Amino acid sequence: MKAYSLPDERGHYGMYGGKFVPETLMQAIVELEAAFKKAMEDDQFKGELQVLLKDYVGRETPLYFAKRLTKYANGAKIYLKREDLNHTGAHKINNSLGQALLATRMGKKKVVAETGAGQHGVATATACALLNLDCIIFMGAEDIRRQQLNVFRMELLGAKVISVNTGSATLKDAVNEALRYWVSNVEDTHYILGSVMGPHPFPMIVRDFQSVIGMETRLQYLEKEGSLPEAVVACIGGGSNAMGMFYPFINDESVRLYGVEAAGFGLETNKHAASLTKGSPGILHGAFMYLLQDPYGQIQEAHSISAGLDYPGVGPEHSYLKDIGRVQYESITDKEALDALKLLSQLEGIIPALESAHAVAYAFKLAQTMNADEGLVVCLSGRGDKDMATVRANLGGEEK
Amino acid sequence: MNRIEKVMRRIKENKEKAFIPYFMAGDGGLEALQQRIIFLEETGATAIEIGIPFSDPVADGPVIQAAGIRALQEGTTLKAVIQTIAGVRPIVHVPLIIMTYMNPIIAYGIEKFIEDSCHAGIDGLILPDLPIEEETMVTSLAEKFGIEIIRLVTLTSPLERIREISSKGKGFIYAVTINGITGARSRFDEEAVEHLKRVKSVSTLPVFAGFGISTPSHVEEMIHYCDGVIVGSKIVEFFSENNLSAIKELIRAAKIKRTIKQ
Repeated sequence: MKAYSLPDERGHYGMYGGKFVPETLMQAIVELEAAFKKAMEDDQFKGELQVLLKDYVGRETPLYFAKRLTKYANGAKIYLKREDLNHTGAHKINNSLGQALLATRMGKKKVVAETGAGQHGVATATACALLNLDCIIFMGAEDIRRQQLNVFRMELLGAKVISVNTGSATLKDAVNEALRYWVSNVEDTHYILGSVMGPHPFPMIVRDFQSVIGMETRLQYLEKEGSLPEAVVACIGGGSNAMGMFYPFINDESVRLYGVEAAGFGLETNKHAASLTKGSPGILHGAFMYLLQDPYGQIQEAHSISAGLDYPGVGPEHSYLKDIGRVQYESITDKEALDALKLLSQLEGIIPALESAHAVAYAFKLAQTMNADEGLVVCLSGRGDKDMATVRANLGGEEK
Repeated sequence: MNRIEKVMRRIKENKEKAFIPYFMAGDGGLEALQQRIIFLEETGATAIEIGIPFSDPVADGPVIQAAGIRALQEGTTLKAVIQTIAGVRPIVHVPLIIMTYMNPIIAYGIEKFIEDSCHAGIDGLILPDLPIEEETMVTSLAEKFGIEIIRLVTLTSPLERIREISSKGKGFIYAVTINGITGARSRFDEEAVEHLKRVKSVSTLPVFAGFGISTPSHVEEMIHYCDGVIVGSKIVEFFSENNLSAIKELIRAAKIKRTIKQ
């Protein structure tokens, strides 16, 4: 296999990606790409970011051997990459901090962002507080209802949270509003997109800032096991924690990569968020990628118990990796995710985010099919505190 | 020759000013689409821009978003819109221009869409999420079938880029006069006027101003600095209120200017 080097100069991953945005944003996107490239070649920028990731975020995060979960699965060794231990409780801060630092460098004083579960919103509000940037977060009204506590956290951090009532009032609509806001305020505002989606260069920027996950994991695993893992598993909404985890492994052909989408009530129902498994390619939010859409090209509403996976598209690089077969995309239902959340809580004393519980659920199944001398890593992208109300409402009936 | 080219030649020769109304296809049903096209031609529209509803219209403000939702609730599909236009085309002579986001076209099939549009008598396309960097997926087919791609330039487009866009373009240049989405604005700042002057200075094509133009006085003000104006959200609003006289008044504002010039 030829060494992987995408996107191409035009921001494409095979047929996917690109910059399908209103002309008003083109100049901002061109400037952003140039600023990002320059920053990533600048030792001072990289050094500044590294210090923040270490002293402020708490990196590197542990690669933890889940002994009791492994024993229970009775198969491959299961390791957890503990992104839940980052400051603000999820991997999202890796990207928010990187982009906020970039915004400062570009002389922008204001930041706009979308959020689904609220984790990206909290991470962005945090980075903006730290770097003294004005922060506006668009969030779907439905998600605000589901994630009250995160709304409060963002406001406490000094951000303005704007409720989005259009469409399905979830993440997709928050992205629409954030894009509209950016079009109207492009001259002094940077848009911190939270996942590996949107127009080029966003999928590349977010991937590169998140790649710290996979780079650390690779070194940590080599140190612990003297080899690379047989498999790596991560959940996929837009796909940022997965892309950050997979990217440093892409050229390691022996490492199987698994992305886990949300199957919601089940793939056979129309209430899921499995864009790669059940969707088809199209253009949304500035990129060509797999989407959940009707036969007329209207975007459909996604469903997942976890607000962070509730998005009817998957970033362009994942779309490409699916087509070339480098990553295998699977799905896990709401119920399986809830069971995995309970299992990990009770066996390891770690309450994962509902998003991450999808990866745990699939990894648990996968481990059972593997040998004891093999190993896999699960990206535990976030902690479950934010989901307690949802989990309680869903498990309430069956608990004593 | 494409109808848009003919009309552009005519307005240039006669030193006319142009007025292009936009409205959402399927808002009020497909019968309304036919009636509105006929009404707008009779009222003096230079060409007519017809919007295709899309679930996620990021370049549009609240009025057009709402019209799109109403149209989708009516069950409007791109196919039905093309068929309806084909039905009215024999009795309508002004250029008809489709404004749509890319995804409904991709779902329809780009080639089939261009071919069917050509046969229906559609003359041009405005694709707000297709910048010149990505446009080859549409342009060669459009050229083959004689459909013109109308390109947008904005306040943020550098002069060199405006020059490039205008050199690729056919028909006219759509100069967006605000940083923002579609919908009424109370006033325009001098930046809009400066922008129009800038675009006029490099464009080889007629320059039409759009976005945010919502009153007869806006029309009279802006049309002074360009070759024509495009009004969307206000037309959509007036149609939904069935306020046809207000639409006539808007179009008249452009035409009055023309009379004075002549």
